[in-house]
Amino acid sequence: MSIEVRDVNKRFGQFQALQAIDLHIQSGELVALLGPSGCGKTSLLRIIAGLETPDSGSIVLHGEDVSSRDVRDRNVGFVFQHYALFRHMTVFDNVAFGLRMKPKKLRPSEAVIAAKVHELLNLVQLDWLADRYPEQLSGGQRQRIALARALAVEPEVLLLDEPFGALDAKVRKELRRWLARLHEDVHLTSVFVTHDQEEAMEVADRIVVMNKGVIEQIGTPAQVYANPASEFVYHFLGDANRLQLDEQRSVLFRPHEVRLSREPQADFLAGEVHGIRPLGALTRVTLRLAGHHEPIEAEVGHDHPGLVGLGRGERLYFQPVPSAQAQPSAG
Amino acid sequence: MSSRSTSVIPGFGLTLGYTLVYLSLLVLIPLGALFLKTTELSWAQFIAIVSAPRVLAALKLSFGTAFAAAVLNGVIGTLLAWVLVRYRFPGRKIIEAMIDLPFALPTAVAGIALTALYAPNGPIGQLATDLGFKIAYSPLGITLALTFVTLPFVVRTLQPVLADIPREVEEAAACLGARPLQVVRHVLLPALLPAWLTGFALAFARGVGEYGSVIFIAGNMPMKTEILPLLIMVKLDQYDYAGATAIGVLMLTVSFILLLAINLLQRRIAHG
Amino acid sequence: MTTASLPVSADARATTTRRGKQTARRLLIGAAWLTFALFLLLPLLIVLGEAFKQGVGTFFTAILEPDALAALKLTLLAVGISVPLNLVFGVAAAWCVSKYEFRGKSLLVTLIDLPFSVSPVIAGLIYVLLFGAQGYFGEWLSDRDIQIVFAVPGIILATLFVTVPFVARELIPLMQEQGSTEEEAARLLGASGWQMFWHITLPNIKWGLIYGVVLCTARAMGEFGAVSVVSGHIRGLTNTLPLHVEILYNEYNHVAAFSVASLLLALALVILLLKQWSESRIARLKTGAQP
Repeated sequence: MSIEVRDVNKRFGQFQALQAIDLHIQSGELVALLGPSGCGKTSLLRIIAGLETPDSGSIVLHGEDVSSRDVRDRNVGFVFQHYALFRHMTVFDNVAFGLRMKPKKLRPSEAVIAAKVHELLNLVQLDWLADRYPEQLSGGQRQRIALARALAVEPEVLLLDEPFGALDAKVRKELRRWLARLHEDVHLTSVFVTHDQEEAMEVADRIVVMNKGVIEQIGTPAQVYANPASEFVYHFLGDANRLQLDEQRSVLFRPHEVRLSREPQADFLAGEVHGIRPLGALTRVTLRLAGHHEPIEAEVGHDHPGLVGLGRGERLYFQPVPSAQAQPSAG
Repeated sequence: MSSRSTSVIPGFGLTLGYTLVYLSLLVLIPLGALFLKTTELSWAQFIAIVSAPRVLAALKLSFGTAFAAAVLNGVIGTLLAWVLVRYRFPGRKIIEAMIDLPFALPTAVAGIALTALYAPNGPIGQLATDLGFKIAYSPLGITLALTFVTLPFVVRTLQPVLADIPREVEEAAACLGARPLQVVRHVLLPALLPAWLTGFALAFARGVGEYGSVIFIAGNMPMKTEILPLLIMVKLDQYDYAGATAIGVLMLTVSFILLLAINLLQRRIAHG
Repeated sequence: MTTASLPVSADARATTTRRGKQTARRLLIGAAWLTFALFLLLPLLIVLGEAFKQGVGTFFTAILEPDALAALKLTLLAVGISVPLNLVFGVAAAWCVSKYEFRGKSLLVTLIDLPFSVSPVIAGLIYVLLFGAQGYFGEWLSDRDIQIVFAVPGIILATLFVTVPFVARELIPLMQEQGSTEEEAARLLGASGWQMFWHITLPNIKWGLIYGVVLCTARAMGEFGAVSVVSGHIRGLTNTLPLHVEILYNEYNHVAAFSVASLLLALALVILLLKQWSESRIARLKTGAQP
């Protein structure tokens, strides 16, 4: 099931939430809507779901314009940021809800519903929690139950609003890998909203980078990282240093795009070591440059020869080596 | 996400329409009739009615005793709210549950109970008589009756606010060298004032209009212990609808002006 | 509560403060108990004391007397009509206020609360002005032989007026806090509007609803001023229980008055229990709510 967003505009009072959004999502793709808070990504997701009506433009699911179709007839699965589990129902009843709400003619028997619910709970590996209430579950468990509930009605599109936003860092990592694997298994066209670039890079087939209600760039993780369409995308996708070369020219480079040396070398610049922070495989060195306001951050392998015996206040030479394509093409 | 869509959750037209029709039929149109009725009076007639000495005396009494009761509630309500939120002690649950008794108890029952208590032959009334003053059949009795029926307002508006002020705030202030009374003055009172004013305003508004609990204990002597709502009743018994209406309009107007003033004061505190 | 201003060691000052706090604590708890006993407990006890002054027999005679039973019946009727009507109103009002944004919303909320700031006597008066013999619809009604004021319909109208806000007032903050995402989730899962309301909204607001109904019942049962204006004070016909108490009291039949009053007191205590119970359920709902 493909998703097409055609020239969608949305305003909330004076605030332009979305402006001329065009987006085409292939059947079976897993797409991330990435951007800072307030960029319109959640509004776009809600418009695709039918929870919000665009001021203009249309939503086309599998070649069919569904803009005027009621939310219950769009056949989309939606996972809310805070899951929106029905707090007065057990996990089982939560997952069964969509099946039980079907019109009498289409409603499966309770036995079929039970089988289906257990199948889904097995899929999310939480069958043993069927009789619990949402308040008795951990955040990660709620998340997976919300997913099972959304899948119960066999949607053709799965939409997830900040699916990992409310979880702590460790659970977050586990769950997003699990979601990526699940997507490979069910192969449902899926769109998820996130403000975390690492999450988008790790999970998505394609990333839609948004800012201030417009799409900045659409591409695979490798494309948007290697060929950022704008300085915004460049900055949003990872840490960046800006080095002022002269009045007009400056160079952008990521912390790992740097060479370090204890000795002065041609084309190397001198800096004073301000901080050394081991981060596991990498070590981050913060350098202060004379006449430069912002410090430069460099990340090198923890076994880099230049680090041996290095202390604060010492002099260190560095050379930015930005990959040529990574320079944002505009802005 | 704070925006709500009108398309997904149905029932806007139905519920809003029903709400407006119901309110109009039951509340707005009847209240409109009150103001319509006063237009039958000329301005001079209206002034003559509301400036009659008996009306002015009742006006003073009603607003005065309601104000006194609200102030008294401001003190004991704060005490009760503080103790209920901050301390755990035997009987706390009983007090907590019984605070709302004045809301659950029919006001007429409160009225005769308080009269029995404060009348010269009642247990407390006797004590007062021995000390040389009287409670029932005096403005003091009215004030006490109003204090009883409006007791829950201040307690209930203060409790959640007090519970929300983390103890850490007080402790932080104490760590910065503030003495306990300074903590109360500079930390607690400013935080509590808006809620306190809300409770005060609710108690005051209720007190001005209160009838059932007061008429038994008031003695209802014209010029001395006759409250405004009773005066409306008296006029009605004399089939003086215009008079009753004029007093009603006077009462509503003064109440609204005072509540508006309290509201403005509250906003100034909140923003200042 | 005071600390010495002389230079004392920090330790000594801390001890003084702690001891001061302990004393303050005891004083305040004592004062709260005293206030409670004086303002709440004593009136309650005096009602019971007066009611049973001449034994259980007179108490039962007073409350089983036909006029008292008729008053009880009328009170139940007024409660039975006004509570369900204001319940439906409360749900509808809370629904439109909490689920949608629209202009004039805060004005609407103020209007819903309006009956709370109108004296009950005025609440009665307005219906007399509308439906009384000299009222705006008086002639029209008397031509058709319909009596509203000084009859049962007037009593019900007055009771309705004073109890309008109770349910709405409890539900509006509760529903605003709960938000709409569960309802949205239900719609996305294919629920119709009514299915969403019955299966999702109603169970979520159940305890708040019960709480509002309890408060509404208390007021409807005990309303005096508004009902007093529109009641004909006809024994056995247009007297509610509180009005019956007044009549007995004014006839110096104090024991009977307090007997009926203690019946109302017992109902009030039941209401307090129900209130406490629904409140604890709401508290549990809130603490169990998802983050």
